[in-house]
Amino acid sequence: MIEHRSHVYGVIGEFEKPEQLVHAAGKIREAGYRYFEAYSPFPVEGLPEAMAMRRNDVPLITLLGGLAGGLGGFGFQYWVNVVSYPLNIGGRPLNSWPAFIPVTFELTILAASLSAVFGMLALNGLPQPHHPIFNAHRFTHASTDRFFVCIQARDKKFHLADTARFLQGLAAHHVSEVHDD
Amino acid sequence: MSAGEPPINSPDITRLTPVLGPGHTYASVTDKISAIVLTRPTSLGWYIGFLIAFSIFGVLNIAIGWLMIKGVGIWGINIPIGWGFAIVNFVWWIGIGHAGTLISAILFLLNQKWRTSINRFAEAMTLFAVACAGLFPILHMGRPWYAFWMFPYPSVMGIWPQFRSPLIWDVFAVSTYGTVSLLFWFVGLIPDLATLRDRSTSKAKQIIYGMLAMGWRGSARHWQRYQSAYLLLAGLATPLVLSVHTVVSFDFAIAIVPGWHTTIFPPYFVAGAIYSGFAMVLSIAIPLRKAYGLEDFITMRHLDNMAKVMLATGLIVAYGYFFEFFMSLYSGNKFDVFLVQQRLHGPYSRFYFALILCNILLPQLMWFHKMRTNVAVLFVMSIVVNVGMWLERFVIVVISLTRDFVPSAWGRYSPTVWDWATLIGTLGMFVMLIFLFVRVLPAISIAEMRELVSETSEEHK
Repeated sequence: MIEHRSHVYGVIGEFEKPEQLVHAAGKIREAGYRYFEAYSPFPVEGLPEAMAMRRNDVPLITLLGGLAGGLGGFGFQYWVNVVSYPLNIGGRPLNSWPAFIPVTFELTILAASLSAVFGMLALNGLPQPHHPIFNAHRFTHASTDRFFVCIQARDKKFHLADTARFLQGLAAHHVSEVHDD
Repeated sequence: MSAGEPPINSPDITRLTPVLGPGHTYASVTDKISAIVLTRPTSLGWYIGFLIAFSIFGVLNIAIGWLMIKGVGIWGINIPIGWGFAIVNFVWWIGIGHAGTLISAILFLLNQKWRTSINRFAEAMTLFAVACAGLFPILHMGRPWYAFWMFPYPSVMGIWPQFRSPLIWDVFAVSTYGTVSLLFWFVGLIPDLATLRDRSTSKAKQIIYGMLAMGWRGSARHWQRYQSAYLLLAGLATPLVLSVHTVVSFDFAIAIVPGWHTTIFPPYFVAGAIYSGFAMVLSIAIPLRKAYGLEDFITMRHLDNMAKVMLATGLIVAYGYFFEFFMSLYSGNKFDVFLVQQRLHGPYSRFYFALILCNILLPQLMWFHKMRTNVAVLFVMSIVVNVGMWLERFVIVVISLTRDFVPSAWGRYSPTVWDWATLIGTLGMFVMLIFLFVRVLPAISIAEMRELVSETSEEHK
């Protein structure tokens, strides 16, 4: 890090109350910024709307996972009992589907749950060993009692001094730059 | 925050008792809960309690070791009583687990705020109870090292598990239940692990909690997907928890043995599971809040509500007993009628009356507000209900198997010292895991408590 100056990741500002964060996020969006992110110690109501976030794909992944689990589970039992290892017990039907329902149900739930959790983690890019935001000086408070917003340098509208001033204008405390490494 | 609180000694305080003590902020709830794990020195009481539980866990290991050497003959089981303690304990433990999922999933969907401070350790309790439960059917197999034969895998023997058997349904139900409970618990923990990562001062803790938190940074996009996943898991866990004890009851109800072959079994098993589970949550919550001074978070309102749930599910169970009884007599089936007589006058009638006392008569005290708010009474009652629910499974398993259709096939059952060692050993394992859990992970969800602070502060503005 001696040879070259590290890159700026963005400018971060801090708030004390969730309402201030929602307000600021709305204003940042109105000002035309697109690449910014809000951080909070718990999910803040109204924040996704203020940031105009689109609906997420976790429900769709869960649905697909559940369908795969259910169809695969039933299909497997059918294959085992009808194709792979048919047992003629007093002439009873090989495809005795009501008896396959409990396992089908359990596998539906299992696959849907695994899809929900791993889908959520994958879409969030987790696990991720490091992220530039952790370089921010006071960011450890983001998991306790402070609310942060960070406007990223890759935004077209980003200008170090102007953006910092803009954040200060939104009553953010401790406005500072965040470095890449 | 405390501005709108009613005076603490007002007469209808119970209705208004908050789910969170007054005066808390985001920082104060975070401090108080994370301090138990990070900064508070481990108390002497913790060491003593852990040591006792660990010793009993040792007894379990000896019992299992001897079982591996000698086989299931060391237990009291013999034809006609093939099931005995192993299945009684399995059903009992798996039932206890149900309250954790009920609290975390069903009360979440019903938007019950009071679940917030009890869901984390109730979920942990579920996991540990499922672990104890899972041991029994595996040990009962006789050759537990072949347990994997129950899973469908392409084996050289060219055969598959019998998917039409309730015992295989059980394998899928219990393993799915264990997995989904673990996922639910872990997803709930992720933001709290990030909090611990950020607040711990030692390098080792930072690395361990940091790895477990997987780089969680609480961004709005993270939270949005997180909330979706959590809500979906709650929605999936709700039918799952109802299905698990239903499938367990199928182990009995699908058979033609008198006293087992009834359609009321699934709903009454589920109600009984929730009944014993809430009793166990109370048995853990009462000492926990006392030991760590968490009375602000686990308030009288929580205890009161849990007592009410216990009362309600207890009444459903009583209804189940009544109709089991009634249908046997009403059916006119001589084997069913005979079974009722055996419950009342047979060799195990003492167990039946003890069960009625523990599960139906004594819990009626919970109708009284004075009793529901008396911590000592609640604690005793929670133990009574757990004993009662264990007796219920004993009565179901043993009386039916000792008195089936042909008198020449009748028998008697009495557990051996190894049966008791295994049962008490799993209790030791359960308590030991609870001790470890409260020491290394936040016993109350910090992120959800902060949300609760945010919501309650809005109400009182």
